[in-house]
Amino acid sequence: MTGSRAAADTPPRVTDTHDPGFRVERVDLQDGRAALRFGGQLRFRQCFASWQSVRRLARPPAAHLAFDLSGVDTLDGAATALLLELRDEVVAAGGQAEIVGAHGGVRAMLDLYGSHPPRPSLHPPPAPIGVLDQIGREALATLSESHVLDFIGDVAVTAAKAVRAPLSVNWRELPRLVERAGADSLPIVLVINFLVGLVTAFQAAVQLRQFGANIFVADLVGLSVTRELAPLMTAIIVAGRSGAAFSAELGTMRVSEEIDALRTLGLDPYGFLVFPRVITLVLVLPLLTILADVISIAGGLLVAMLGLDITFNAYLLETQKAVGLWDVFSGCLKTVFFGLNIALIACQRGLAARGGAEGVGRATTSAVVTSLFAIVIVDALFTVLFNAFGR
Amino acid sequence: MIEVERLTVGYGDTVVLENLDFAVPRGDVFAILGGSGSGKSTLLRALIGLEATLHGTIRIAGAPPPREGPPSYGVLFQSGALFGSMTLAENVELALAKWTKLDRNAIDTIVRSKLRLVGLEGFENHLPAEISGGMKKRAGIARALALDPSLLFLDEPSAGLDPVTSAELDDLIATLNASLGMTTVVVTHELRSIFAIARHCIMLDGRTRGIIARGEPAALRDGSPDPQVRAFFNPRPRAA
Repeated sequence: MTGSRAAADTPPRVTDTHDPGFRVERVDLQDGRAALRFGGQLRFRQCFASWQSVRRLARPPAAHLAFDLSGVDTLDGAATALLLELRDEVVAAGGQAEIVGAHGGVRAMLDLYGSHPPRPSLHPPPAPIGVLDQIGREALATLSESHVLDFIGDVAVTAAKAVRAPLSVNWRELPRLVERAGADSLPIVLVINFLVGLVTAFQAAVQLRQFGANIFVADLVGLSVTRELAPLMTAIIVAGRSGAAFSAELGTMRVSEEIDALRTLGLDPYGFLVFPRVITLVLVLPLLTILADVISIAGGLLVAMLGLDITFNAYLLETQKAVGLWDVFSGCLKTVFFGLNIALIACQRGLAARGGAEGVGRATTSAVVTSLFAIVIVDALFTVLFNAFGR
Repeated sequence: MIEVERLTVGYGDTVVLENLDFAVPRGDVFAILGGSGSGKSTLLRALIGLEATLHGTIRIAGAPPPREGPPSYGVLFQSGALFGSMTLAENVELALAKWTKLDRNAIDTIVRSKLRLVGLEGFENHLPAEISGGMKKRAGIARALALDPSLLFLDEPSAGLDPVTSAELDDLIATLNASLGMTTVVVTHELRSIFAIARHCIMLDGRTRGIIARGEPAALRDGSPDPQVRAFFNPRPRAA
């Protein structure tokens, strides 16, 4: 650093309390020149807490401000960035500033961060766009990227092909899929539906006991689980379990180019991957629902026997009287459409996945949420439809 | 074997490459070169029919790439793209089972021979997760060769491999080309691979969205007037 001795007797000084090795002081020289004398180890972690004080030291105007680093032993990358920014701020405010006295590794660090010209970008950065424009673009991109209509069309064509030439479908995968979506999900389906029957019976018992109508617990449980609760709960479990699995599996295949590989082998991903999954859920959901009906009624039976002193035979006779074949059938019929929805939505979301692991995660979340929404909509439609036909 | 005329490819409003003209002679090993983001893989996807073209024509053996029916070419994807739930043998036999009426024994024999060809004999029943990256690439080549195509596309075959495995794969590609007379199109930016296997090449540039050089790799390295091409073929050694 150049210049004569400091004009002030006690120059302002900052010393970091965490790192006694870091210090800086301002020295005002003659002719309106000043210097910030740094010393010790300028490491980001140590000097960051004191940086506002350092900025304040640089603030009083000076014709020329020198950042004297002759006393600095160590300078890390982040501290270099802060130092260069501070120098540029002084210059931007109309002053003159330069870094002097750097040596050895400190000089090398300054050269690395401050000397090279900005690297050219391969592609120009995108021009900023307005909020409305952005919303419109996002909406169009979502519609065009999801290819929902293409997907429905392709599935319809595959279904027609499968009818004409059943061997065009990848039937070999069906047993594995049925096992995964059906047999493997049986324990959770049974446990949940048993508890649903049990809770329904409990809630009913509290009310019916007041009127001495204990036996009607069997009617209430039987009808509500066969018509609504068992199909709905089973579909929700399958959507969360198999729907998510289908979407994640196909999404991963999509981002790892396996779907492209299928196409280059002349294999249709719809016949090879989508159709077996649709068939699987259409087959498996009604079967799971029948078992769910039985276990839910068993849950109600347990409450009736333990809490309402109803005998085993009396409960079953009452259930038999109340629940008709149509009630079971209507519940199962709905699940065919639930299964269709879950499989189609999961496969569509999986095949539309983009952008690596994050894209697969988004596709899976979207598949489950959309499937649940679709299940509720389909259920409501069937309820209205059955009601309209007096069933 | 491949003729490309005034080809423009891109996504939506974005043009990645425009007005490309080039031809790949039958039996050649042809490299598509370029830096990251120059559109090499996009061009490959357009050639194999996975990316719609915006303008221009692609003709393979005098006809547009078939959109249905048995494929006329094999493809090795960058990641191998083997089907994870299937064994190597099942991966290779997929196209055979779909497009031929061969019986089980014949298919098994062909699958074993393809895996032997790429040095994977004995690994028929292994899943892709149980083998190394280089072996996955080899298995991908075996799958691509299942229907004995006359044209093979390779997308960055050396990507993610160590130099020794990469050189072995280059040897395999060169041997397959020499023995089977198969036209091979390889997308790469590995200089060693380029000089080891490619006879002709084109170099793409992301800024001009076109071809900035074409010819034999050695001739481009030694005589190209384009500074970008010279920099690609003669990278400055890193300072120690």
